[in-house]
Amino acid sequence: MSNEQSMRRVTAIRNGTVIDHVPSGQALRVLEMLGIAGETSVPVSLVMNVPSKKLGSKDIIKVEDRELTQSELDRLALVAPDAHVAIIRAYVVAEKLSINLGEEVVNVVRCTFSNCITTNAREPLAHRLRVVSRDPLHLRCHYCGRPQDLDELVKNAL
Amino acid sequence: MTGLITMDDLTNEEILSILDDAERLLPVARGELYLPLLRGRIMGNLFFEPSTRTRMSFETAMKRLGGDVVNLGDVKTSSVVKGETLFDTIQMVDGYTDIIAMRHPRQGAAQYAQDAARVPILNGGDGAGNHPTQTMLDLFTIRQAHGRLDGLKVVLAGDLRYGRTVHSLSHALTRFGCELIFASPTLLQMPAEIVSDLREHGATVTETEDLYGSIDDADVIYMTRIQKERFADEDEYARCAGAYKLHAKHLGDVKGDMIIMHPLPRVDEIHPSVDETRHARYFEQAFNGVVARMALLCRLLGVTVPADVMAQGGAL
Ligand SMILES: [Zn+2]
Repeated sequence: MSNEQSMRRVTAIRNGTVIDHVPSGQALRVLEMLGIAGETSVPVSLVMNVPSKKLGSKDIIKVEDRELTQSELDRLALVAPDAHVAIIRAYVVAEKLSINLGEEVVNVVRCTFSNCITTNAREPLAHRLRVVSRDPLHLRCHYCGRPQDLDELVKNAL
Repeated sequence: MTGLITMDDLTNEEILSILDDAERLLPVARGELYLPLLRGRIMGNLFFEPSTRTRMSFETAMKRLGGDVVNLGDVKTSSVVKGETLFDTIQMVDGYTDIIAMRHPRQGAAQYAQDAARVPILNGGDGAGNHPTQTMLDLFTIRQAHGRLDGLKVVLAGDLRYGRTVHSLSHALTRFGCELIFASPTLLQMPAEIVSDLREHGATVTETEDLYGSIDDADVIYMTRIQKERFADEDEYARCAGAYKLHAKHLGDVKGDMIIMHPLPRVDEIHPSVDETRHARYFEQAFNGVVARMALLCRLLGVTVPADVMAQGGAL
């Protein structure tokens, strides 16, 4: 199935963001990470497990009337580093955004270790997680050195 | 090098060279020689949780080298209790001192302090994290006894699950190609991720519950305390901990130059009968904390320990 066909599984949106090439089954996690799960006022449509040439199968998310910001893209990098993000204005792709997972993830999420020095919200230095490996994604806290549990991390978005 | 936060901050060459410095500083540590290499320097002692031994050892190290020490004082009455952040505390002490030795209950605190400070931080323990000065004094003690670190057979016994000392030491010994034997009750085994990490780094690791069957060809036995609180009930504790106690009677067939170490304080995992044997090395080990920290203070402050300490030093 072509990309266009799979995109058409859900209604085209007038304005908003399309997140394509999300790893299959990860769409809900992506929404949680972006903080648009649950009580959001904007309409969101999902297709999950559609066939994809590149990934075998994938999820697609469309968020209406909302354009992802850079800090949201940074969070997206932790759950769907290879996703394609397109900003839609008046039904056409106005902008394609790229996701960059650098050497370090700074001030995107808080370390998941309960006894880490950074759990004191009043400590002013940046939250820093080192990218130890990309595929599979492994992160370690710059301060306490603990490996990060990605499921937990989703709850620690800043 | 800025501070010393984890053993990963040191290369093997640096470790050996610091141990060489420590060796030369022994007469200064013993008070036989006065060598004020750090005169005019001030160390801030920031102990956010009590540890009298480690704090005294840092303080002694600084003073033996002619330096001065300022203390944070009792955590209960200091500004920390009033809600000051570590960042703010460090800003203040950073301005007063040339180097900071610190211990903190939260993991990552030492790295955090280093990022906030201008002066070097010497990590004296952060939560369940790192305690590199302990590892340095352990390495010093082992090398002092055997003349080398590489290729030794080291038995680590007791609580290997919660003891950060044995975690850090195991990593360091692996870097020098030692063979490791972990002897502990199942409940207190070395965490699996540490064992696999050590193996990935080329370590030969054997895990066993049988301490007494593992000691005869050992070069080092490193004992640790098994805490009652780790067990569901008293009986379980007695049953498990009983198999990890050393008595002089267990040492009949051990190697002549085998040494027994312990980070102290001990409870009853090493019977006093062992103290009299030539194998006991735990009290020297505690003393070595001073000399190892002296060498580290010099290194972090950029002060060279002279090759001929005797010629440079004076009488007290
Ligand atoms: Zn952390």
